[in-house]
Amino acid sequence: MNEKVIWDLRIEQVIEKLKKGKRIDGRKLDEYRPLEIKAAFSQNADGSAWVKLGATEVVCGVKFGLGEPYPDSPDEGALSVNAELLPIASPVFEVGPPNEDATELARVVDRGIREAKAIDFKKLCIEEGEKVWIVFIDIYAINDDGNLFDASSIAALTALLNARIPKLEDGEIVKKEYSGKLKLGKLPLLTTFAKISNFILLDPCLAEEKSKEGRFSVATTEDKKITAMQKGEVGAFKLKELENCIDLAFEKSAAVRKTIKESIGED
Amino acid sequence: MLVSKAKRPDGRKADELREIKIEAGVLNRADGSCYLEWGQNKVVVAVYGPREALPKHIQNPNKALVNYIYRMATFSVPERKNPKPGRREIEISKVCGEALESAIFVERFPNTTIDIFVEILDSNAGTRVAALTAAAVALADAGIPMRDLVSAVSVGRANGEIIVDLTKEEEDAEDAVDIPMAIMPNTQEFVLLQMDGIMSKEEWSKAIAMGQKACQQIYKLQREALRKRYLAAEKE
Repeated sequence: MNEKVIWDLRIEQVIEKLKKGKRIDGRKLDEYRPLEIKAAFSQNADGSAWVKLGATEVVCGVKFGLGEPYPDSPDEGALSVNAELLPIASPVFEVGPPNEDATELARVVDRGIREAKAIDFKKLCIEEGEKVWIVFIDIYAINDDGNLFDASSIAALTALLNARIPKLEDGEIVKKEYSGKLKLGKLPLLTTFAKISNFILLDPCLAEEKSKEGRFSVATTEDKKITAMQKGEVGAFKLKELENCIDLAFEKSAAVRKTIKESIGED
Repeated sequence: MLVSKAKRPDGRKADELREIKIEAGVLNRADGSCYLEWGQNKVVVAVYGPREALPKHIQNPNKALVNYIYRMATFSVPERKNPKPGRREIEISKVCGEALESAIFVERFPNTTIDIFVEILDSNAGTRVAALTAAAVALADAGIPMRDLVSAVSVGRANGEIIVDLTKEEEDAEDAVDIPMAIMPNTQEFVLLQMDGIMSKEEWSKAIAMGQKACQQIYKLQREALRKRYLAAEKE
């Protein structure tokens, strides 16, 4: 109950401040929290990233596995995205299989990457109809201070960008040896907004998430295409608000993309 | 706005919906119900509540819980579906429940739950929007106070054309984009919006405008179904 009372007070603060045009942590409405990325932090992962977005922390690892292709795409590899909301990350997260929040998170991150055709699945075919690479993206929330969506999307893209494809010998993976880097055709990123008493906020922190009347995420690419969208939580958006979010997403994701490239030592 | 004149695989125009039939109050044990056919899609929905939320610890003293369960029958798809709910069904249940909750006056019914059960009996693309459209009618049939109905449709692109109400064949097109959307038809506010596929903002805006128009047609059918239900009830 104490926890609830504290949050009720914080929600009041969030709304009071917003009425004066201010956010609880002093940011502008369209400002991201500081972003810190540590690319390739894991030795055993084929690609990895540790992302801090304000106090929100997410780690992501990419692993390549061998598997059979789906019958309807015999010459294509596959993608599998999973998200775990670890009890480490929040007093309200529980041990056990992914719940609906984790499922939604994983599927929205998955759609952004898949639909952008960021990965050329044909290049992940080893033997048509028999053997293909499966790209496993596993996301773990380490600290939930709001907007796990964008933190996870940033972590997944960074991990893919530094992922190396294992070497194969006689159809088996050779440990710790790699045949080359995974090449990405597009760099899709999610940008998430919260609506609170008719204000639209970029990158909601936890107090803002608890106050929100609706969440809207849009995945965009560097060539200004939309590749996925998701409206979530209780609340309704006007068309004009959605259009503004899309324009902001194009602009804000460009800056994030730059930070990601710096983290992997590009440009 | 230019709507393409090109005919689609099933002969429809770009902005033409498949045939939709809605019947409210079809189940006598449920508090509210609806059966809907939308092209090949067949959906049955039952609503219970507001009723006491159990176990007690899930109760919210400030509002009713909205528990939306979307499931597909094993035989409703070309290959038999595993009866265990998949990730897709779990996600759809979550976002569609949230979409409906946006329209329900949940604060009037503390400590209760409103249970909405949806079963897809036959399918050919657009089942989540068909289910949402039917669920809104079932909620109204149960007499649950709402700000507005919720009307849903999917829009998108296939074979270079921006279209409403995609079929499976169209969803499988090389350039397909699918945008399931739901609005409250009187305020025009969006309560569900998802998308997958690559699109420019201009194409998206065109698709959304066609979807808004289609939702008004669907809203009319929903109201007719409810009207018919109440006229019949009056005679009883």
